[in-house]
Amino acid sequence: MRITAFHAALGAALLLGTTACGSDSTGEAAGGKGPIAVEATDTECSVGRTTAPAGTIEFAVSNMGSKANEFYLLGEGDQVLGEVENITPGLTRTFHVEVAEPGTYTTACKPGMKGEGLRGEFTVTGATAAAQDADVKLAEAVERYETYVGAQADELLTRTTAFVTAVKAGRVEEAKRLYPVARGPWERIEPVAESFGDLDPMIDGREDVVEEGLAFTGYHRLEKDLWVDGLQPDSGAVADKLLTDVRAVAARARAVELNPLQLANGSKALLDEVATGKITGEEDRYSHTDLYDFDENYRGCKDAIDALRPALKERDPELLTTIDARFKELDAALDEHRTDRGFRLYTELSKDEVKDLTVRLDAVSEQVAKVAGAVAA
Amino acid sequence: MTEQHGVTRRGLLGVGAGAALAGAVTGVAGTYAAQRAHAVPSPAAAGGAAHDPSAPVPFHGAHQAGITTPAQDRLHFVGLDVTTDDREQLVETLKAWTRAAERMTAGAEAAPGGVVGGGPYGVPADTGEAYDLEASGLTVTIGFGPSLFDGRFGLTDRLPEGFADLPAFRGDDLDPARCGGDIGIQACANDPQVAVHAIRNLVRMGFGTVSVRWSQLGFGRTSSTSTSQVTARNLFGFKDGTNNLKSEDPEALAEHVWVQPEDVPGAASWMVGGSYLVARRIRMHIEVWDRTNLQEQEQVIGRTKGVGAPLGQRQEFAAVDLAVKGADGQPAIPETAHIRLASPETLDGVRLLRRGYNFTDGSDGVGHLDAGLFFIAFCRDAGRQFVPMQRALAGADALNEYIEHNGSAVFACPPGVGPGGWWGETLFS
Repeated sequence: MRITAFHAALGAALLLGTTACGSDSTGEAAGGKGPIAVEATDTECSVGRTTAPAGTIEFAVSNMGSKANEFYLLGEGDQVLGEVENITPGLTRTFHVEVAEPGTYTTACKPGMKGEGLRGEFTVTGATAAAQDADVKLAEAVERYETYVGAQADELLTRTTAFVTAVKAGRVEEAKRLYPVARGPWERIEPVAESFGDLDPMIDGREDVVEEGLAFTGYHRLEKDLWVDGLQPDSGAVADKLLTDVRAVAARARAVELNPLQLANGSKALLDEVATGKITGEEDRYSHTDLYDFDENYRGCKDAIDALRPALKERDPELLTTIDARFKELDAALDEHRTDRGFRLYTELSKDEVKDLTVRLDAVSEQVAKVAGAVAA
Repeated sequence: MTEQHGVTRRGLLGVGAGAALAGAVTGVAGTYAAQRAHAVPSPAAAGGAAHDPSAPVPFHGAHQAGITTPAQDRLHFVGLDVTTDDREQLVETLKAWTRAAERMTAGAEAAPGGVVGGGPYGVPADTGEAYDLEASGLTVTIGFGPSLFDGRFGLTDRLPEGFADLPAFRGDDLDPARCGGDIGIQACANDPQVAVHAIRNLVRMGFGTVSVRWSQLGFGRTSSTSTSQVTARNLFGFKDGTNNLKSEDPEALAEHVWVQPEDVPGAASWMVGGSYLVARRIRMHIEVWDRTNLQEQEQVIGRTKGVGAPLGQRQEFAAVDLAVKGADGQPAIPETAHIRLASPETLDGVRLLRRGYNFTDGSDGVGHLDAGLFFIAFCRDAGRQFVPMQRALAGADALNEYIEHNGSAVFACPPGVGPGGWWGETLFS
């Protein structure tokens, strides 16, 4: 009963965090005493109240600065408990986060969406939740992650719809801008998305799928049209098919059932995707937006580790500490390549920069690979 | 010590305590090892005890193994950059490496139960490709590059006087991607898979602390470090290293190889008992050489191609006599011959312990072998030994027409470690 409530609330927080760019939500604020006002500028992050009772906490984040901003509520090891992304200057966005455990947390604004952010302490008061056994923690991790996958699938559909609309309207510049954004949620849950073997080559296949007797459709076909060939007579039809296929993937992903090992292995598989496809510049060979995919795969890995965090903290706290340290190093390396719109193009990277990213990625991957063993122990 | 004797990779022959536990693996393994050992002919050179190429070489000692211990047939060398600024993390890695190297050189897995002992869902701690192989004489030798002393780890005062990257030499065509490194690790073994396994596992353990800057595989030792070994040939087909320093001559080693207390006073004394390693990747223009007539080949080198005798002599080990004249009144060993320019007589008595390997990295894209000599030498002072020798060669060696130096590194190899000790202990403590 308690677990279910915990999950519904956490799921809602995640959904709100990830769909925030679509619409501001005003869900119920059970247990809250009015939203906590956060005023974010380019140099300050002023949080109206820095204490709240355990339960649902509501934040209203106003961006008074000139740069796009983000707001996070972070737990131990910078676990993201709730976030609101990409707040345009001048806008206020509200979101809810469920915090069951009393303790000290961290708030952070990230002007320009870069770096560690402007941080502050946040105290959650109330009764300590009952001790849970490890299996309960793993079950929670899985439930939480399944909710996450569902939310990403929905977001994938929303963003791909916008991309497809732009392609069909012949708005090439807009479509180019939306291309790496639309793919983002796919990349975050890539191991799950790819598990639907019939849909994967139609949605995310490269030109070499033709060798296997398949038609070249999906994101990369449109990528080629947009960047290399110009829109073709059948580009609209390809866009329609992409949307149909993405709708099917989203429906299936929402219903996917995982176990803790799949979750652990998935976190590693996401990094393997980066190592074999993105850091090589192979994935987005026409648009060279590989670093967007790199970032999304990597975020997906971090989100999976976050889902497992309470279980890992019990089973192998040392491993978790090492993983967090390596995450920080890769964050810093990746941050070097962020631009106002997203990321530098792969073709703009020097050989040394590609190597630096590879070295940091190896360091993360070597540790994340140990998570499955810790989960199974 | 117990961890060393935990699980052996396979049955080891004649290694005391290790052998007693070897049976824990499989009986079949022991049989195979025995057959293998008998199948390899023992070197029968004068004065040397026959050694078993599959047996382990002791890891602990006053000096690191892999310097004067008998040169094995295969090499995997790696130059690493340290990617953390955290001194403690580096020290932890060095300690972990030492424990793994102790185990691997004894023929054991890199970690206890490393191959399959971690259970079905864990990632194996040992990569496993050497699981069924003997120790194969594996030695793992570590050295620290001048760049490690740049201040990141509080080691600036520990830099031995004069220890620096090598100066530029005439004719060098150095590729930065094949040069330098904060740390160098040399793994030598009589089985290439064992050498590669050692480096692969150490690199893997080091992810997050170090990254690979460059690496080199070598085959066919081009030097002998013991009188028990016959002189090997380089890819030009000539015996190489006939006059090398040998492990049976401790006085010469003390004079030319091992760093002495007076060399490194004060905070640099951590290097006492160590040695400096110079590595040079020398690309050979094989196809051009192969079109060169025998007489020119011999005059370039200064030795006969057959028995390897100095020109003007008949036996390989005959003393090099630079004064001997040929029938035409000219020096039998030409003024530009490689062995003349590299000889102690022309270099004020300078000698090195050479320990290089042939290499072939496939072909170069235009159909020529990307091959040559990965030159490794150990010395007491690179600036006073290798540098003058290489200057002399770079300026006048007839061989320069056929070779090109495209990689270069120098490392300070600390003294050996005792049981429980660790690589770099003298430097970091």
